[in-house]
Amino acid sequence: MLYREAGQFKTSYAADQALLPILQDRIGLSLILLVAFVGIPLLATDFFIGSVMIPFLVFSLAAIGLNILTGYAGQLSLGTGAFMGVGAYACYKLTTYFPDINIILLILFSGVFSAAAGVLFGLPSLRIKGLYLAITTLAAQFFLEWCFIRIAWLYNYNDSGAIEVPTRKLLDIAITGASATPVVRYLVIISVVTLMALVAANVLRGRIGRSWMMIRDMDIAAELMGIRPLRAKLSAFAFSSYYCGVAGALMVFMWIGSAEVESFDINHSFLVLFMVIIGGMGSLLGCFLGAAFIWVLPIIIRAVPQLIGLDLLAATTEHLTNIIIGVLIIFFLIVEPHGLARLWQLGKEKLRTWPFPYASN
Amino acid sequence: MDILHSIFVAPFIDMGAYPDFLLQVIWEGFVAGVLYSLIALGFVLIYKASGVFNFAQGIMVVFAALVLVSLHEMGMPAWVAVLVSVVVMGLLAIGVERFVLRKLVNQHDAILLMATIGLTLVLKGSGQLIFGGEPKPMITRELGLPTGASDWEVFGGVVIFQHIDIAATVVALLMVLALAVFFSKTRIGRALRAVADDHQAALSVGISLHQIWAIVWFAAGIVALVTGIMWGARSEVSFALEIIALKALAVLILGGFTSIPGAIVGGLVIGIGEKLFEVYWGALFGSGVEAWFAYVLALIFLLFRPQGLFGERIIERV
Repeated sequence: MLYREAGQFKTSYAADQALLPILQDRIGLSLILLVAFVGIPLLATDFFIGSVMIPFLVFSLAAIGLNILTGYAGQLSLGTGAFMGVGAYACYKLTTYFPDINIILLILFSGVFSAAAGVLFGLPSLRIKGLYLAITTLAAQFFLEWCFIRIAWLYNYNDSGAIEVPTRKLLDIAITGASATPVVRYLVIISVVTLMALVAANVLRGRIGRSWMMIRDMDIAAELMGIRPLRAKLSAFAFSSYYCGVAGALMVFMWIGSAEVESFDINHSFLVLFMVIIGGMGSLLGCFLGAAFIWVLPIIIRAVPQLIGLDLLAATTEHLTNIIIGVLIIFFLIVEPHGLARLWQLGKEKLRTWPFPYASN
Repeated sequence: MDILHSIFVAPFIDMGAYPDFLLQVIWEGFVAGVLYSLIALGFVLIYKASGVFNFAQGIMVVFAALVLVSLHEMGMPAWVAVLVSVVVMGLLAIGVERFVLRKLVNQHDAILLMATIGLTLVLKGSGQLIFGGEPKPMITRELGLPTGASDWEVFGGVVIFQHIDIAATVVALLMVLALAVFFSKTRIGRALRAVADDHQAALSVGISLHQIWAIVWFAAGIVALVTGIMWGARSEVSFALEIIALKALAVLILGGFTSIPGAIVGGLVIGIGEKLFEVYWGALFGSGVEAWFAYVLALIFLLFRPQGLFGERIIERV
């Protein structure tokens, strides 16, 4: 009922090709954006913004990156963490050399370095695919991790081996470093994520995005129809790694403030992969749903036993989280391989026909 | 020129100058390789029979070893604990087949892989929950495994052999032989090979896929238990092993996903190769190259031979 699109006629090609052809979607998205840009900064506590919203947005962006590669182009990757690391370290070096250039531009530019790394480690995808490729992305993961430890130049020869985020200002307001308030950082992140999600949505439904999906669905057929695997696969790697790189830079500069190699280890890669699986492969909405789910679930698991009076150790809740996420992954793969995004879609279908579920549209 | 010299000449001069040290390095690499092979063996068993790429093999090794050690801590005699651990791995196999594999029949490779990643998380979480996260020593002496070391004087130097390493090699050898006999001589083994060859044909002659999958996961569980005992005896039983076990994936690429000899040869190549590389070339890169050598070697190897050393040729059909 809510989703009835009867009466919404498309009278021009532009309307037909619109990103959100249905009025209700447009209203819904506007409301979400309004809440995100105005409501949350005004009303939410610093804790909520700093520990829930900011990580959620960072991981959403990383999940978009991985989803482009795995969900849309069909190339399974286990190296997300390392590509995020490349972005973070690149941004750190850039802001060391060019302290006067606006940090937001540098964050956006640092993704280029991780895109280059992505292309380099994506080269094997031209010869191999599927599981074999997944293992070669492990090579990227471990090799880059090793670089982050061994190449002292990357962290300016610090004794600690960690990168510390310096304070950078925009219009005299600190946006990175210790003096930046969560609200300011949140506003920067939400702007970057909104912009990049919009770009992704348009790229994915455009020529390049469709060529990725053709490669995913059947590479030989795609090749016969004139898609160049070289260009399609490598551009998917580049694009995906760019998003991961920006997410990594945002993670360090806007969220955790300082990072060591552990921030980009293989568990991190898996975490993002879980977000993509649970959220839904091949769905942008799924990236956000998956990131929210995986990030918020541990918080809930931590909170619930306290509410009902149980006092669990921190380690116990972490293990419980592991078990629950593992079970959920298997559950989703069995019951709904397309993840939360698909559930939302099914719900939408139901809403369209309610209260007459047997009526044909 | 200096760089070329230190890459192509100096390491070999070092090797020639101290052959006893070279031998020691090769032996260390060989033993590490045996353990990689053992983990890879578990992967190959399951992949051959069910086409599932079992990412959880590494954590199964940790899990099996933890069960064994904890049972012993609770006061069971060592050999009873081994038997009970075998039973636990059997139950795990049945559970996995019943609740995961059976529901995912005919799904895409990547989906199955991700399901085993989920399984990894479950095993990891429950392992830590039940047995605690801290490392535990393996009950080496109680199991009757040898400790200590012998020296062997050779090339004017001394090479040290840890007895547990020799035992690991012998056990690995025995296990591979046992598996070979099991596969070729027993009724179940032949059924396993039939399933590996063609699921549908196997079904049509009355082989139960469910049964075979449970058996093969059980076999992989036993391999995991043995690997866990051996690996735990060399260092200790801890969840860090899981990351090391990922190296077995590189071994698989080298050897091919479906070949047992490939898993063994690949394991040895990677084990010896990474030790040699670390010792003789590592200084050039800064140390710690062991962390990625296996994967990069596998990656380069893949570019030339995508199906691995002994793998079946990959034929693409439309």
